[in-house]
This record gives sequence, C-alpha cells and structure tokens, in this order.
Amino acid sequence: MTGSTAIAFAIGLPIFGVILILLNDRYPNIRDTVTLTISGCLALIVFGMVPEVTSGGRPTLTFLEIIPGLPIAFKVEPLGMLFAMVASGLWVVTTFYSIGYMRSHHEVKQTRFYACFAIAISSAMGICFAGNMLTLFIFYEILTISTYPLVIHSETKEAVKAGRTYLGLLIGTSVAFLLLAIVWTWFLTGTLDFTPGGILKEKADGPILGILLFLYMYGIGKAALMPIHRWLPAAMVAPTPVSALLHAVAVVKAGVFTVLKVIVYIFGTDTLAGIGQDDWLMYIAAFTVIVASCVALTKDNLKARLAYSTVSQLSYIILGAALANSLGIIGGGMHIAMHAFGKITLFFCAGAILVASHKTEISEMKGLGRIMPLTFTAFFIGSLSVIGLPPLGGSWSKWYLMLSASEAGLVFFMLIFMLSSLLNIAYLMPVVARGFFSAPEKPEHHDTNKPVGFWNGLNIGKIHEAPPFCLFAMAITSGGCILLFFYADKIYKMLAPVAGIQG
Amino acid sequence: MTEHLAALQVVIPLLCAPICMLVRYRDWSWSVALFGSWSCLAISWLLLQQVMTSGVISYHMGNWVPPIGIEYRIDEINAFVLLIVSAIGAIVTPYARESVRAEFGVNRVYMFYTSYMLCLCGLLGVTITGDAFNLFVFLEISSLSSYVLIAMGKDRRALKAAYQYLILGTIGATFIVIGIGLLYAETGTLNMADLANKLSKNPINKTIGTAFGFLFVGISLKLALFPLHLWLPNAYTFAPSVVSAFLAATATKVAVYVLLRFLFTIFDIKISFGVLPLESVLLALSIVAMFVASVVAIFQPNIKRMLAYSSVAQIGYVILGISFININGLAAGIIHLFNHALIKGGMFLAVGCLFYKIASVNIDKLAGIGRRMPLTMAAFVVGGLGLIGVPLTAGFISKWYLIIGALDRGLWWAAVLILLSSLLAVIYIWRVVEVAYLKPSPDGNNHIEDAPPSMLIPTWVLIGSSIYFGINTDLTVGVAKQAARQLLGGG
Amino acid sequence: MSLFGLYNYWIVVFLMMAGFYVVVAHENLIKKIVGLNVFQASVFILYITVGKVQGGTAPIIGENFTIYSNPLPHVLILTAIVVGVATTALGLALVIRIKEAYGTIEDDEIAALEEEP
Repeated sequence: MTGSTAIAFAIGLPIFGVILILLNDRYPNIRDTVTLTISGCLALIVFGMVPEVTSGGRPTLTFLEIIPGLPIAFKVEPLGMLFAMVASGLWVVTTFYSIGYMRSHHEVKQTRFYACFAIAISSAMGICFAGNMLTLFIFYEILTISTYPLVIHSETKEAVKAGRTYLGLLIGTSVAFLLLAIVWTWFLTGTLDFTPGGILKEKADGPILGILLFLYMYGIGKAALMPIHRWLPAAMVAPTPVSALLHAVAVVKAGVFTVLKVIVYIFGTDTLAGIGQDDWLMYIAAFTVIVASCVALTKDNLKARLAYSTVSQLSYIILGAALANSLGIIGGGMHIAMHAFGKITLFFCAGAILVASHKTEISEMKGLGRIMPLTFTAFFIGSLSVIGLPPLGGSWSKWYLMLSASEAGLVFFMLIFMLSSLLNIAYLMPVVARGFFSAPEKPEHHDTNKPVGFWNGLNIGKIHEAPPFCLFAMAITSGGCILLFFYADKIYKMLAPVAGIQG
Repeated sequence: MTEHLAALQVVIPLLCAPICMLVRYRDWSWSVALFGSWSCLAISWLLLQQVMTSGVISYHMGNWVPPIGIEYRIDEINAFVLLIVSAIGAIVTPYARESVRAEFGVNRVYMFYTSYMLCLCGLLGVTITGDAFNLFVFLEISSLSSYVLIAMGKDRRALKAAYQYLILGTIGATFIVIGIGLLYAETGTLNMADLANKLSKNPINKTIGTAFGFLFVGISLKLALFPLHLWLPNAYTFAPSVVSAFLAATATKVAVYVLLRFLFTIFDIKISFGVLPLESVLLALSIVAMFVASVVAIFQPNIKRMLAYSSVAQIGYVILGISFININGLAAGIIHLFNHALIKGGMFLAVGCLFYKIASVNIDKLAGIGRRMPLTMAAFVVGGLGLIGVPLTAGFISKWYLIIGALDRGLWWAAVLILLSSLLAVIYIWRVVEVAYLKPSPDGNNHIEDAPPSMLIPTWVLIGSSIYFGINTDLTVGVAKQAARQLLGGG
Repeated sequence: MSLFGLYNYWIVVFLMMAGFYVVVAHENLIKKIVGLNVFQASVFILYITVGKVQGGTAPIIGENFTIYSNPLPHVLILTAIVVGVATTALGLALVIRIKEAYGTIEDDEIAALEEEP
C-alpha cells in the first residue's frame, strides 16, 4: 500500500466502520466485533506507514480545492505520524476496554456510542495527517461535533449542561479566534501549507505576530490553556472510555498537537524565538501547570482529579513548544505519547473502579486496593509514569523538557517542571496509598450482592476485579508505559527532523 | 428560440399564473406550476452559460430599441441571481404539493399556485430588467402576490402580518418610484445603462442626492435592512410553510440585488459612497443587525420567528460585505446571497415538515422530535451548522471571504465581530437541538414517522447543495468574483 | 415667482407628508389605507408635473402645435395608478378578512387580542 492510499484508508476506514456499526444496531456482538476489527485494521495501516516516514518519505494526498489555492490536503510528517500511532494504537486497546465497560455498566445507546467514537477517531486521523491549516481546522471542528454526543451520553440534566460548556468553549474559541488567525495568516502569506521553517517569516512584524500567536493559542481550545480549560473537567460526565481515549488522548492531544504544528510549521521556531513575543505564553503555560495541579489536589472525585491533572500536563507540551528550541519540540512531541499511555491507564483504572465497586470519590476508596489489586497496580504504574520516574516512559519527556528550559537559559521553568512533579506525587500517590494501606471502612460490603458473570467482573475469593476485557486493556497500557522507557530513542530519532536536528 | 430566452424567463411564469387559475383542479394547477418553475430553471441556467461564455445579453422587448424601449439586460450578477431564484422556485414546487394540500382548504389550492407563479414572475422580472420603471412594476407584482401568499397562512395573525407588510412594502415601493421619478426628471431616461452613462457625466446636484436617498431607503425597506426589518418576522412566521421558505430564500435576495444594481451600476461608486457617508452607515447598520437580530432570535419561542430574525442577521452579513467596497467583500456578499438562500430555504422547508406532522412550530412542542423525525431534524441541524459557518458547509465559505474582505479593508475589528456574531448562531441553533434530541417526547411516542418523501427530498436537495457548495466552490466563488469585479468597474 | 412656480411641488410635499402621517399615526386600518392612497397620489402628481413642458399642449400630433408635454410620465403614472388600485383593493380585502377574524379593525384592539392567548 502506498502512502497516499494509506492516508485515504486511515481516514475512510473508521467512517466505513460507522456504517457497519449502524447497520448492526440490533446485534451487539457483531457490532462490537466490527469496531474491534476496524480499529485493528486502522492500527495496522497506520503502523505500516511508519517505515516510509522515518526514512524521510512524506506521503501526500490532495483533494479538491475548497477555496482557490487552498485544497483539502494531507501530508504525513513525523509529528503527525507519532500522534496517529498513539491514537490508533490506543483505540484498539480502548475498544477492548469499552466492550468490557459498556456491557458491565449496562449503558444504553451503545450503537451511537461506538459510531461517534469511530467518527472521532477518523477526524483525529485527519488532524494527524493534515497538510495545511485549513484541513486541520476542518477536522478539528468535526472532532468537536462528533464528541458532543459522547459527552452528553447519559442525557441527564447535568450532562446536557456539561455539553453546553464543552461545545460552547470549543466551538466558541475555535470560531472566534482560531478561524480569524487562520484567515489572517492566509491573508498575510497566501498559503496555509505546513512548511518547515514556518510561513510567517518576514511576512509580518513583531506585534502582529504577537496577536496571531495569542489568537492561535487561545483559539485552540482543545489545548486547555487556562482560563479556557473548563470544558475538560466538564467533559468528565461522559462514560469512562470516552474520558480515557478522547479526553486524555485524542481530543486534548489534538489540541497540543495543533499547538506544536502551528509553532513549528506556521510560525517557525526560529521566527518565534527571534521576535520575543512568546514570553507571555510561557508564563501562562507555567501558571496553568502549577494551578491546575493545585486544583487537582482539592478534587475528591477521581475523574475530576485526573482531568485537572491532564490540564496541567497539556501545558507541559505548550511550554515546551513556547520555549521554541529543538529540545522543547522533541520533549513536547514525546510527551504526547508518554502522557497518553500514563493517563489512559489512570482513566481505565478509574472506570474499572466505578464498574466493579461503584465508587467515584477518592475518600471512599480506602482499602480498595486489596479487593482490586490488579487495578491498583496498574494505577500505580500509570501514576509513576505521569510523575516522571524511571523506568517509565514519562521520565524521558520530562527530561527533555527540562533540558530545553536549561538550554534556553530559563532556570525558572526548570523549577516549574520540578515543582509540578512534586505536586503530581501529592495528588496521585494518596490514591494508591489509600487503596493499599488504609483499612476498608466496611470490609464485608463488597462481598455481597455482586452479580457474577463474564461481563460483570472477575470474582475470585475476596477479590472483585473489573471485567477481563477491562483488565486486559489496563495491562497493555501500563505495560506500554514501561516499554516506552526503553524505546524513547526511537521517538527521539523520529522527531529529530521536525525539530531541525539531523540524524 | 434561444434569442428569446430572456423574454421567456418572465413570460412563462406570467402565463402559467392564469392557467393555474383556469384549470382549478389542485393537481393540475400544481403540474402547471411545476412546469413553469422547472422551465424557468432551465432558462436561467442557459442564460448563465450564455453570459459566462459570450458576455452581456441585451434583449429588446418588442424590438423597441433602448433607451426608448424596455431592455432586458443580463450580466454575471443578475444571471446568477436569476439562477438562485428559479432554482429555489423549482425545488420548492414539488415540496408544495403535500404541504399546500395539508395547510390549505382543498378549494383554495389553485389560488396558491396562481399567486406563487406571479410572485416568481415578479422576482425574475425585477432581476432581469434593465429598465428602472419596469423594475418597479415587477417589484409590485412580486410584492402584491407575496402579500396574498402570506395572508393564506392558517393563523389569523397571518392576515395582520400581510397587512403590515402591505403598508410597509407599499411605502418602500413608493419611495423607489419617487427616486426613479427624480432621476428621470434629471436625466430624461429610464434605461439603467443610459442612466449610468448620463449620471456619470452630470455634476452631482441636490436632485440626484435626493433621488439616491429615496431609493436607498425604499430598497432597504424591501430587503429588511435593520432597523427597517419590522415587517419580516411576522410575515415569515405566519405565512404557510412553503411561502416562508420561498420568500426567505428569494425575496430579500432580489432586493439586495436591486441595491447592488443601484449602488454600483446606476450610481457610480463616487456618488453612492461620496455624497453621503454611506459606507459607515451600511457598516454600522449591518453590524447592529448581526448582533441585535441574533440576540433576539435566541429568545424566540417560535422556531419560524427564530429563523426569521436569523434572516435579518444574515442580511446584515451580506450588507456588511457590500460595505467593504472591495472585490473580496463584495464577492462575499454575493456568495452569501446564494448560500444563505440555500441554507435558510432548506431550514424553512425542514420546519415545514415538522409543521406537517405535529402542526406546531413552537420550540416547546419539539421535545423528542429528533427521534421521531430523524431525517427532517438532521436536515435542520446540517442547515444550522451552515448558519454557524462550520467548515465544509456553504456558510463557511461566505464567512471566509467576508473576513478576508474585512482584513483587506484594514477593519480587523469587523472580522472579530463577524466571528463573534456567528457564535450567537451556535446558541439559537443548539437550543433547538437540545430540545429535539435530548428531551423525551411528551407522550413517550418514539416510533419513526417522518415527513413524506415528496417533502423530504426537496428539503435535502437544498441542504445537500449547501454542503456541496461548501466543498466545491467553483461556481459560487467564480461567478461572484467576476460579478464583483464587474460591479466595481474593473472589467 | 419661484415660490409660485414650484407650487405643484409644494402640493406634492404636503400630500406626501400628510399621507405618510396618516399611515403612521392612525390605528384604524381603513384610514391607514386612505393615507397610503394620499401618499401615492402625491407621487402621481410629482410625475405629471415633471412631464409638463412650458407652453406645451397635450401630446397629440397636430399641425398647429410644435411644443408638446412629455407623454412618457403620463404613461408611467397610468401604470402606477393601476398598481395603486390593486394595492388598495388587496389592502381592503385584507381588512375585511381581519374584521372577520378579529371582530375589529383598530390596530391597538387587535394587538390587545393577540396578547390574550
């Protein structure tokens, strides 16, 4: 399969899946098998493109011109390749998890759930491979709209309200700021293609670039820069698989990925570093990193705590991009993958706890680790990766980000990264500690009235674990966290051309 | 035959009208209207092709040579508007069959088709003619027949709305006649090309200024420029579904065309924007329209009235584009003229489908309708996305060029306002979506009972083409840019 | 002299304003239409005045006359009168239907009726 057809398949296959999913509304087993098969095929296609891209190939695909001179175009480059690998790979895992979770939780409207999920993945692929800013924007909007039904899945008043926040902030910022920035860029330069070195070089003077940077950064609401981060905690009303894949990986990473793309290919790191208009962005990102961590500390609801943790971690990447040197770009790009594995594991665990023991608040989880040892072990591994301790993947991306700050001579931001790591420990470790070392409040409570069966959970003696499908997914992602520690150099080599480092 | 196409464009619907009256039987008169509207579409398509390949067509009515005789003059811009009007007419007619049968007394159906054909004739005539007084006559034909069409609404308030529109419409038309009369007094001609020629040679004096003032106010009334839009919400709300869709998609568009014609062709830009600070006036009024009308739309309990206020806001976008007086802005105005016709026409047709099934257009009554009428509501939502200006819909293209036009002019704050106002559209569209999809239907009735295909297909043709023209913009952008260049006198 | 010479135009302006005032100020729907008619009539006079040529006769070709009034405004205004008549007829028809539906032709009373349900 050539690169161009692979792009078409990567975007088209999930859409084809949607049709099959809708057709099999009445047959849950066939429908779930379809989702699983499609996700598997997608991952194969995406991973099949890797050799070509790492060896310097840049497959392209161009569709009709929407506006004269401005087609819908795709071009695969390493940053997008990495994001596509993460998103498609984790989709397979999440599908396993979803099947376990949705069945065990007896969720309604599962067909709509799987269909929207597939559309969201398709648009995430579109974002990964977009060859110009307009294409990226189109898929960015489709992603927002297709995830809306997932956020309001339960259709309760609370969910509808959260859906309003979600849609309002994401559509609002993207239409009011991002679109303006895009049109303005087009007006100034006459192109929107992602070009190494940037397209705005010498096309506009400092203040205009400053305004454009502001419009882009606050236009990309999915990157959850404070104070437009509210949609992310709101989105936590969605079923856990959605929070896991979309609101820890696909959607939020699409945001920071867009930030990286804009800084690398629209502004150009040299241009940005040269004009000195991005200081405010570094401080805002640093502010978000610290404040979101502090807010996470105050949250008792596990998913809310994880959401604020995500807000904080996203700003690592923005900070890395704003530092505008090659190590910052590599660190930021790597953090997309590292954080994805860590955070999805944590969300899987949160969902597993909900399914098996119907608990959402951290204060209720005393001693739960003894009843759900596998889940809490996975949570432990995921936490360590998010904190950034070796031998887990998260340590590398933090390492490069800190190196980048020191290279830029900004010791202040090194300190921010360190302080944030301490805060990570403070809000993640108590969950594990409470689970394993605190005495359960009502030890016998969990032993009775548990429905037994393959789909409802694993019961062996005193242990009441989540359904096997969920456990399997958690095992893979937490294993991934460890593996990534040893394969970080591959990611480094892949991203090196993006950051302007040869070899 | 082909040399008489220009005349046939108007004559065919004009002849169809009395035939509809004479055959009386409802399906026969419907067939006549169907024939009339489809042949109009074919003719306007041929005319557009002819204009694009071989330039301006000048047809002399009854072989009387202009400027004495009446001339039909077709260039890019009015060929394009002809196509819009006749296409909407052709799509609405098949839809009308079921909808009209449901909303009218059996014996009054033929009257609908008679007025409908007259209205189509009037609108096409306004667009095609090259004679200022002839324009007034056609304007009155279309207006009178649209008063009748609106008064056919089931609700008694339709009568009141029609009466209100009649008074304001007649005042507007009379203003236009006064303007034309003063121009005639000054130049001694009524032919548009001749007028333009003579006006450019004459020094600007008070008579011309006064004529311009009267014409501007009169046309603004017809196109519902804020704050002269008062007739529009009631008229669109209480008119029969088909009429709302048809008028929303065509009547104001034709009035905008007339404004363009007077501002740019007949009066030179120097007169139009030199004598009065019209540029700032248009800019201010259109921005106020965009915001005020959108905010009002958010608070409407009636979905048709909501769409009507949204139309007032969308006309604001069109006028805003015109007020930039540059290629991109003007092209944006013309593109939006077309795109908004498709989107709003399609949405009104979708609302007509809802009315057909549940006999109400109050938003409260729409609870759970998304599950009962999935195709209808899907059309409404896609149309709504177009109003918001989501990429891949036609509305996005309009906004894109509008923003480029604003930046071209150095009005970056106007660009910001354009985008902010489209966020208001998100609110009023989403309000409907939430009720339709997320509230359970009151009687727990969830089985699917969509509108009949003869209504759904036209709805989806309009909505589908609003997507098509969001992806393939060769026709819209190509024609609009050429028309804009011509209006600005760049050749 | 000039004031007297523009006598027709003063009449036009007066009728125009009077008609417009009636349309705007009166609540009675019939009176509004009367006002509209006065308003339109002022325009007819305007056109005909424009067509007048000093010392000209009716535009019929005859041996003794060389100066004619301009016939075109007359023709135009004939059309405009037809339009005006049609408008009035339609307006009155609507008023009859409104009377049937609401039982009144006073604008404020109709507005009050609409408030109720």
